[in-house]
Amino acid sequence: MKLISALVASIALSCFPAWAAVAEPQPETCDVPASFLESEIDLGRATVEMKDRHRLDITVIGSGSSALPGPDGARFAYPAQLENALKQQLPGAEINVTAHVQPKRTTASVVSELSKILAEDKPSLVVWQAGTADALNGVETDEFRASLDSGVEMIQAAGADVILMNMQYSPRTASMLDVSAYADIMRHIAQQRGAVLFDRLGIMQYWNDAGTFDLYAATKKYDMARRVHECIGRALASQIINAAHLDAVRMQTTR
Amino acid sequence: MKHLVIPKFALASRTAAAPPPGGRDLRLDLFRGVALWLIFLDHIPQNIANWFTIRNYGFSDATEIFIFISGYTAAFVYGRAMRERGFLVASARVLRRAWQIYVAHIFLFTIFMAEIAYVASTFDNPLYAEEMNILDFLKQPDVTIFQALILKFKPVNMDVLPLYIMLLLFFPPMLWLLIVEPAFALAGSALVYVLAWNLNWNLPAYPNGVWFFNPFAWQLLFVFGAWCALGGAQRLTAVLRSPVVLAIAIIYLVFSFAVTLTWYIEPLGRFVPVWLGEWMYPIDKTNLDVLRFAHFLALAAVTVRFIPRDWPLLKSLYLRPAILCGQHSLEIFCLGVFLAFAGQFVISEWSGGPLIQALISLIGILIMVATASLISWYKQIEGRSPAGRSKPPDADLAGGEA
Repeated sequence: MKLISALVASIALSCFPAWAAVAEPQPETCDVPASFLESEIDLGRATVEMKDRHRLDITVIGSGSSALPGPDGARFAYPAQLENALKQQLPGAEINVTAHVQPKRTTASVVSELSKILAEDKPSLVVWQAGTADALNGVETDEFRASLDSGVEMIQAAGADVILMNMQYSPRTASMLDVSAYADIMRHIAQQRGAVLFDRLGIMQYWNDAGTFDLYAATKKYDMARRVHECIGRALASQIINAAHLDAVRMQTTR
Repeated sequence: MKHLVIPKFALASRTAAAPPPGGRDLRLDLFRGVALWLIFLDHIPQNIANWFTIRNYGFSDATEIFIFISGYTAAFVYGRAMRERGFLVASARVLRRAWQIYVAHIFLFTIFMAEIAYVASTFDNPLYAEEMNILDFLKQPDVTIFQALILKFKPVNMDVLPLYIMLLLFFPPMLWLLIVEPAFALAGSALVYVLAWNLNWNLPAYPNGVWFFNPFAWQLLFVFGAWCALGGAQRLTAVLRSPVVLAIAIIYLVFSFAVTLTWYIEPLGRFVPVWLGEWMYPIDKTNLDVLRFAHFLALAAVTVRFIPRDWPLLKSLYLRPAILCGQHSLEIFCLGVFLAFAGQFVISEWSGGPLIQALISLIGILIMVATASLISWYKQIEGRSPAGRSKPPDADLAGGEA
């Protein structure tokens, strides 16, 4: 029985290569409803880079929740996982993800360093995780909006596409740390500036509600945190592939 | 003592022309009760029942209703006291009320601290290393508690009562002005609102930032409520009866609803023209955005038009629960804040799905109603008890509490 089903599966996989990515063994199924990963906005610069040069330079800017604690935290955090996932799904392309992560860094302080980062990395896509440090520091929402808006404008002026990533869903701290106002601002700015929003808040809440992860659980161990970051990396990769229409690019390169 | 008597005479002579509307307006209790329920629901984040609260259908939310009605009832109750007993007595009562609210706020803060301390001692997860920084303030209880006592440190969802306290602290002179020169008082309030917008007035918060509800801005709604209670509503009758006003109000409500839809259904966002977005956003809650204020006015205009003061349903059993809650607003508000903490705790603990969320919301409202009934019953037996002193006409007897 096992043999037959394995046979059927392998035939199916060879006939439909698109399924291969889905059917590959995954440490955890952490599917995300398609609605989270669809986007009205195109990552045009990334599309061009992939088409013309088969490369994608991504800069991730973030605060503490873009990293994992521990000595090898960076290896398991979502920026590294994003690079893995993209390399897996876009074979043959050169993928570079550079992470600029600094705990407690507010959006205003990111903006002050932004031109330096952009000049160094020359990215075609910037993933900007923001909002948590601002909420923690009680930065005024007007100030947050102004900083984020000017930052997005700077990145776009430098010729890169922007993905804004909002906060983590954190049920234990929700009663102390209200991030909703900051999340709303990020959504508005993404809409107005033509940036893609990666709704980490919504996705993680979906995982929590669906039982994929128990985000309320207390633990000192790293394994769940790592799995969550891996899943975020994958979801982010899918969103980039969708919004930059890299499925089409990939097919052209393999043909 | 003579100087204390003078204002009383002055008041009596000036206000004879504009008698306050007699009797209790149950609509105020009803809508304040409903606002309290909505505030409770909104305070449980990620709650399915949130979708039923008015903030998802327009610019303003339950806070506007609550503050307006609070201003209205405060003027109704303390305005009468000021006319009958003079400035000093009325002011003393207003300040006593502010004190009660302060004590209630500190009580809620204690519960909040207990919850935080519990979370801090039991919760650990490397995934949330950054978010856990919010617990840092526990390392400095001396500073935190002092800042809470002077109303600078206000945990999430505990911003409304400090606003209310500030509004009441400055209410006695404003009430006097409202009685003597209502138009002047309203204009002064609007001026403060405009100045607050232009000069960025607000009160500082701890550890940084400013008050979530800017008292210099929100006082406009409170004073407007008070102005309505002191005869302003009657002056507006002609305006409110005009079909043009009704049409404008309805058009604005529909517009506001359409804009709100685009926040939740992303593809609709492109139908908001860029110039409109640039002009309209941000719709600022902290400083009571004009769009929010206008939305509340439109809601009020439509409500007053279709729900008359003698609406038979107001006396029916169906609306009784909301009215009861509205009549004991301070207690029920505090209870609501507490229940929102507790409900959120339960929802998170059980990773509650939509069903649990709906159930928690329902149970919360039932507890609020039961408590309001209990308080009513207490007041009743207190009033009937042989030892019960004959009370002066105060907050409980007039139009619901201020």
